[in-house]
Parts: sequence; structure tokens; C-alpha cells
Amino acid sequence: MSVVLEQIFQVGFLAAIIRIATPLAFATLGEMFSERAGVLNLGIEGIMLLSAMTGFTATSLSGSLWLGVLAAVLTGALMGAVHALFTVALGLSQHVCGIGVTLFSSGLAYFLYRLIFGQQSVPPSIKSFETLPIPVLSDIPVLGPAVFNQFSLVYMAMAAVPLAAFVLYRTPWGLSVRMVGENPRAADSAGVGVIATRFQAVMLGGALMGLAGAFLSMVQFNAFTFGLVSGRGWVAIALVVFGRWDPWRSAGAALLFAFVDALQLRMQASGLGHIPYEAFLMLPFIFTIVAMAVMSRNAVAPSALLKPFRREER
Amino acid sequence: MPAPLIEMRGISKSFGAVMANEAVDLSVAPGEILGLLGENGAGKTTLMNVLFGAYAPDAGEILVQGRPVTINSSADALAVGIGMVHQHFHLAPRLSVLENLLIGIPGKSGRIDRAGGLARLNEIGRQHGLTLDPDLPVTALSIGEQQRLEIVKALFRGARLLILDEPTAVLAPTEVDGLFSALRSMAAQGLGIIFISHKLNEVRALTHRCVVLRHGRVTGRVDTPASTTSSEMARLMCGHEIVPPARGPSTPGEAVLTLDGISTSRHSGMALRDVSLSVRAGEILGIAGVSGNGQRALAEVISGIRAPDAGQMTIAGKMVARFSPREVQALGLGRIPEDRMTTGLVTNLPLADSMVLPRIGTGAFSRNGLLRPDAIRAFAEAQIKAYDIRCPGPMTRAGALSGGNLQKALLARELAFDPKVLIVSQPTRGLDIGAARFIHEKFLAMRAKGCGLVVLGEDLEELLMLSDRIAVMYEGRIVRTLDSADATIARLGLMMTGAEGHS
Repeated sequence: MSVVLEQIFQVGFLAAIIRIATPLAFATLGEMFSERAGVLNLGIEGIMLLSAMTGFTATSLSGSLWLGVLAAVLTGALMGAVHALFTVALGLSQHVCGIGVTLFSSGLAYFLYRLIFGQQSVPPSIKSFETLPIPVLSDIPVLGPAVFNQFSLVYMAMAAVPLAAFVLYRTPWGLSVRMVGENPRAADSAGVGVIATRFQAVMLGGALMGLAGAFLSMVQFNAFTFGLVSGRGWVAIALVVFGRWDPWRSAGAALLFAFVDALQLRMQASGLGHIPYEAFLMLPFIFTIVAMAVMSRNAVAPSALLKPFRREER
Repeated sequence: MPAPLIEMRGISKSFGAVMANEAVDLSVAPGEILGLLGENGAGKTTLMNVLFGAYAPDAGEILVQGRPVTINSSADALAVGIGMVHQHFHLAPRLSVLENLLIGIPGKSGRIDRAGGLARLNEIGRQHGLTLDPDLPVTALSIGEQQRLEIVKALFRGARLLILDEPTAVLAPTEVDGLFSALRSMAAQGLGIIFISHKLNEVRALTHRCVVLRHGRVTGRVDTPASTTSSEMARLMCGHEIVPPARGPSTPGEAVLTLDGISTSRHSGMALRDVSLSVRAGEILGIAGVSGNGQRALAEVISGIRAPDAGQMTIAGKMVARFSPREVQALGLGRIPEDRMTTGLVTNLPLADSMVLPRIGTGAFSRNGLLRPDAIRAFAEAQIKAYDIRCPGPMTRAGALSGGNLQKALLARELAFDPKVLIVSQPTRGLDIGAARFIHEKFLAMRAKGCGLVVLGEDLEELLMLSDRIAVMYEGRIVRTLDSADATIARLGLMMTGAEGHS
């Protein structure tokens, strides 16, 4: 185990945690905003994949990384709007619509990718973002190079957490989001537009999921592959529960998951015993299940989660 | 008399073929408390929802300080100074008092204006004696405090007319006094108040003037409620005289239900602590208490839904060995639960199915593991006829029935099997006078037949009228049991708040 402990305090290991946590943090915050407003978004997995594809494509065609990020964000917000149209405006089942959005977005991503890039023997790739060391801070031993010599999207994720907390807890709009997720009728009778607020929250959530997708295809892998997201969206949904619908806790949950994931990668690489590597692959998910079971006992979901709002219904 | 704050002229509203309001005129002057009186379904709530913007009227106009306005949403209503306290509170339970107040209020430079909100909350608290802790979550407030928060919320938004929809239905008698003094203070400062109720004594005590609705139309206007008799107002409400049923003397027999030292753990809500009581055949025991003082746990234990941690219970002289609904039912217990819709019956199934549900496994309704649909149907049809349950037929969806008819159906279901003990929670909550009267008469008939009844409720007038003895619950204990001859509303009300706690 001392080998493992040594590994933990290496720069590379810390940096890996941060990198793995970044897309999860975006996705978890996105899902959290949506659920805080009372809308479960099971479209997250597909939204991430489609955004990863559009972001990659936009960059690949234009050569501009930031244009790609913008495309991914807009894609996410648009798919969020699609989900909101069905679940908020029309009041349909959030489960069914969410699964539908995921299937549709994934299918669309594969289709458009093939349409644009065709079948190539060498998959197209883009020149990725480069790390951006922050002066002074990146000179701190160990922590500096790991945390402050990162990609700009990583810094954005770090800023997104306090920003999300501020918006949710300190602004009138954030209060409206929490209110429509707890008791939409109360919000309505206070003159808050329930439909509009939910729409906005789900679209903001979608945009954040889009950022998560952009990170995967434009930073982590520099390419688009069909297995790119591979369950990270579903994990984010679990992390929201684990994080008790709070931005700070959600980000903490993402970091914890990333830690276990980075650990299992190292354990695979260090060839611990003769355990098949698939066993290590399971670790983060076992961790998620155990953590959920232990920590989420007393977690209370927003009261109006899954409940569509119709005014004349009494 | 000053110019009216709000005036409704010729308001009509129909839902399909049903006329909910027809040519209703109503006005409230500044400083005036207007009572809006009527039975269930008379159109009181519809009328107020029109005023508050939830429904658009089919005809008629609304004037605010003489100017015609269109109110399409609650936001519009708030903008012209109309606030409403609904029967079911519109609060977000896990948000704090202050957050519930600040919802929908524009912030200061993009942030929630906490300091401004606090100042305003304190000011309103001082003016009308409506104090609240700003940082407590709503879940930590009592029902009375939640109502106070709803009132403060309306004032916070600058309401000059406050509509209260049956505000006293959820309050203990002492809380009612507090509410009334706050309302009087608001009226004294020039606010207009519309007070909806079907409790005549409250309307007489509080309001300056009142309007009576029946079948959507104004059937009476009373300019001096304080000096008008209750029976006069009841006649306006119902269209005919209402004579309360008389409870004759009874000769109680053997104890049919006894509880001895029953205690429960605090699973959900208030736990029971060392509760002992007994009910004899031909006797009605009333159980009074502010809701949330253990009544639910008591009803659940007696109904066999929850097993106590300590103590013993007997039904008709037999010890209850295993607490299960089937077990206590087999011993002769009938039960009418507090919440008709969720624990009473299955709203999406036909009425007939709900009416046989507790006895579905007995030979009467199933044989060899198969249902006997004809027997079920015949049973339901017979009960519908016997109890005059208004519905298209036994296959009607149970949820489509009105509250009064549902209660009749539940009563029919239990009484058809001649229970030795009947436990009922809030028997007439939400029912109008006519339906309530019917239920009361049935209870008294059961008593005459030698059934023992336990009636849990908050309506003290009802309990005093029905019960031979009244036990008062407070914080999970039975504080004291009185002969109803010795009990008065004032005394019971005091005991319900924990005063006079020696037994």
C-alpha cells in the first residue's frame, strides 16, 4: 500500500484527478441546476456526446478551439431546451423524455459525425488546448504544477463551482430556481414564472453538460469517438444525489469519484498482483454505489422533482 | 362609508355545464373585514380564484379603487395589491422564512436583498404582532406559524386586500384568537380583508359585514353579523333550517376497546407516550387536540397499521396479539381514516373495488383466490342506494366523487360489517353542513346500536355535540379525559395547548 500512498502525492496523480474531475464537475453542476428546478434530465449522457461531437467538428472545421467550445455550449443549451419543451412546457414524463433525448442525441451525434467525416482509416483529430500555467501559483511545489498548470477549461470548472453556489443561493434568480423545484405553486402565486424559470435552469444545465462534452473531445481525447462519454453522464446523476443537490458538495463528489478513478488507473498501470484490469475498472463505480448507499440516506430531493406544473390543476 | 378598495361586478364563471359563480357582486372597503360564507361547492373559492387571477371570469368586471383592472395571474393580482392566503399553504418547505418572503422580489445589484427583507419583516412583525424567525426553515414552523408567514408574505408584497380561505380550519382555538387580533389590527390600519369560512360563530365574531353564497349566487347579505343569529345565517347558506341532531342518553355496556400504556417510537410525527383509554359499547369517545400531537400515531395503532413499542390493546375483550389491519378488523374494528383520498380508498379504481378492499380476501367477495365481481358490484350498489351516495354507478372512478360522497362510501363500507368499535379521524373535515349532518346522525345511530366510537378531531363543537367523554391529547399523551357535560370549548382549547396538564 505504501506504493499507492507514494503515488497519491505525485504531481501527475493530482493532475490526473483534476482532469478526470473537470467534465464530471461540469456535468454534475448542470444536472444539479436542472434538478434544483424540479426537472430530472436523463438526456445528460446524450447531450454530452452530441456536444462533444459539435464542439470537435466546429474546431476541426474552423481551427478555433473557442469556437468549438461555444458550439458545444450552444448544443447543450439547445438540447436542454428540447428536454424542457417536452417536460416543462408540455409536462410529459421526465424519465421517458430524458431517455428519448439521450437516444436521439447519441444517434444524431454518430450520424452527423459519419456524414461530416466519413469513414476514415485514421480518425481525425484536432490540436488540443494547451496547458496554461498561472504565474506565481504554478510555482507552488507539488500543488502548483498539478492544479495551476492546467487547461483553461479546468480553470473554468474551478470557477464554475463558487459561481454556481453564488447564483443558486445569493441571487433572486437562484432563489426562484430553488422555489420552483420545491413548490412551484408557491412560486407561481408569488408572481414567479414557473415555466420560464424551469426552462432557463434546464437550458443552463444543458450548457454546462455541453462544456463537459467539449472537455472530453477537445482536451482529454483530442478526438471524437463513439464511446467518448461512456457513462460519465449517468455517474453525474448519481453524484448530484451524493452531493445533495448542492454545488460545493457536488463538486466534492466529482473530485472524490475522480480520485478513485485516477487511483484505479494507477493500480492498473502498477500491475498489482495478477488481478485482471477489469476489476480495477469497476472500482469507481463500486465506490459510487457504496458512497450513495452510505451518504445519501438522509439526502432529500427537491420536493417538486419529476412533477410537472400546470396552473389550472388543483 | 369610504370608497371600495375592491369591487367585483356581475362575476360569472362556469366549468362546463356547472355554473360556479353567477352574477356575483361584492365589494370591500378599506378597513373592512368581509365574511364570505357558504357551503362547499357554493363557489366561494372559485370567486376568490377569479379575484386572484387563477381563473378568468366568463363575465363581469373587477374594479380596484374605482378603476377597472384585468387580473390574469397571481402576479397581476399582487401588482394591484391583492394578496391571498390559500387553504393549502404555498410555501417551499425546505427554504427559510426569509427566502420564502423574498421569492419573486427583485434583488439589489443582482443579489438577494437580505438586509432590506429583514427590515421589512421586522416592521410588519411590529405593526401587527406577526413575528417570525427569519432563518428557520418552513419545516420547523407550526401550522399556525406557517399561516402567519403566508399573511406576512402577502403584506410583504404590499397587499392592501387580503383574502383568507378558511384560515381557521387548521388552527387551535388559541391560535384563532391570535389570528383574529392580527386581522383586526390590519383592518384598523386601513387594509381590506375577505374572510372565507363556513364556521358561523367565527364570522359573527370577526367580520363587519358578510355575503352568503349558495349554488354560485349571492343568497344573502348580512350587514350586522354580530347581531344576526347563527341559525339565520345557516338558513341563508343552506336554504333551509338546520337542526342539530340530539344525542340522547345512553347506557354504555362493556368496554369494547382498551389501550393500556401504549407507547410508540418517534417514527414519523409525534410519538405516543403511555396512552391508556377505554371505550364502552354504546359510547362515543372524542379525542381532541391540535393536529400533530400524536393523533395520527394513535389512530394507526388502533387500526393495526403501527405496532406499539410498549403497552397492550384489547378489542371486544380479546387481546390484540399481532398488530395488522387484518387482525384488528377480524376482531371487530372499523376504521375511517383521516385522509380519504390516500389511505381511504384507491382513487383510480372503481368505487366498488374500493368499497370492498379491506375485505377482499373474505368469502363474501372472493372464492378460491378469484374475485366475485357480481358480489362486489351488488354490494356496492346496495350501499350506494342505502347511503344515498351520489355517483353515476359502482364502476365510477372513486376519485371522481365529492368529499361528502366519499365519506359516505367509507362509512357504508365499514358499517356494513357491524363493527364493534369504529375509529374515525376528522369525520367531517371539508364536508358541508348537510353531509356533516348525515355523518353525525349515522354515528349516533351506531352508538344507539351498541357500537363504541372513537372520534379524533380538531372541531371542538363537533366533538362536544357527539361525544359522551372527551380525551385531550397533547405531545403524545392523553392530558385528561372529561365528561362532555363538564367540557367547554374554552376549557378544551386551553388543555389542547398543554395548560392544565394534570390528569
